[in-house]
Amino acid sequence: MQAHVYITLKPGLLDAAGKTIQDALQSLGFQGVKDVRVGKLIEIELNHAKTSSAKRDLERMCQKLLANPVVETYRIEIKR
Amino acid sequence: MKFGVVVFPGSNCDTDCVYVLRDVLKQEVVSLWHEETRVQGCDCIVLPGGFSYGDYLRTGAIARFSPIMKSIERFAKDGGLVLGICNGFQILLESGLLPGAMLRNSGLRFICKAVTLRIERTDTPFTHRFKVGQVIRMPIAHNEGHYTADAKTLKLLHANRHVLVRYCDADGRLTAEANPNGSVDHIAGLCNADGNVMGLMPHPERSSEAELGSLDGRLVFESLIEAYAHA
Repeated sequence: MQAHVYITLKPGLLDAAGKTIQDALQSLGFQGVKDVRVGKLIEIELNHAKTSSAKRDLERMCQKLLANPVVETYRIEIKR
Repeated sequence: MKFGVVVFPGSNCDTDCVYVLRDVLKQEVVSLWHEETRVQGCDCIVLPGGFSYGDYLRTGAIARFSPIMKSIERFAKDGGLVLGICNGFQILLESGLLPGAMLRNSGLRFICKAVTLRIERTDTPFTHRFKVGQVIRMPIAHNEGHYTADAKTLKLLHANRHVLVRYCDADGRLTAEANPNGSVDHIAGLCNADGNVMGLMPHPERSSEAELGSLDGRLVFESLIEAYAHA
């Protein structure tokens, strides 16, 4: 199975890259753009047979390495 | 005094640190490859600057799991002196030996230039050769030097005087223009609660000889050598 892990900066922290992209979009005329946050997408292929054990491992991977809890939050999506 | 300079894949300031400690300051120095598991009787460990593991994922995030880091964590918990410079500071943050985290510079640019800094505290093994409020010059060279921490951590940092060095202008004022990377409260260097682990974004090894335009960085290493001699 495949999992997607999304990592983004916590709300309230300055996302300098997001702000720059937001400014660029607005200067291109996309006036409907209110805010842009940039994050990371990590695609992981897993051998797990059960979704529950995959989720448990992914959770541990995020806490141990993939995200820095001081400044980032993460979201796990299991794909089929 | 015996120094150990750790070499991670991607470190690029390690030979500068070894050179300053061995050739300029005449100390015993060993290079410690990241796969080693012992600190080899060193009295002070230096985590040098560079791009350990290509800065992949986050700066310092992968280096902190190197085999040598387990023994450095133990060494630090036993009171051993640890100095992390630039990428070394980032590794100390990722390993939890220092609080907080680094974000990308607020201007999104890699900054490589000399900056002025203010010494906040001199009763530490890293800074006692300076004077409180002294304005010094050292170069910075980083892309992720925007120090941040949650409100509770910052309160503790200030209450316990863990901030040792701050970005300032030539007169020691904390103006917005003098903060090169957006670091919260202009923090450029800090220590842990026990005062034996320090992280520093500027490069003391690049400001330890007159030919390089500043001798101020040398005082960091001389502080360590004196602190050890009087311990």
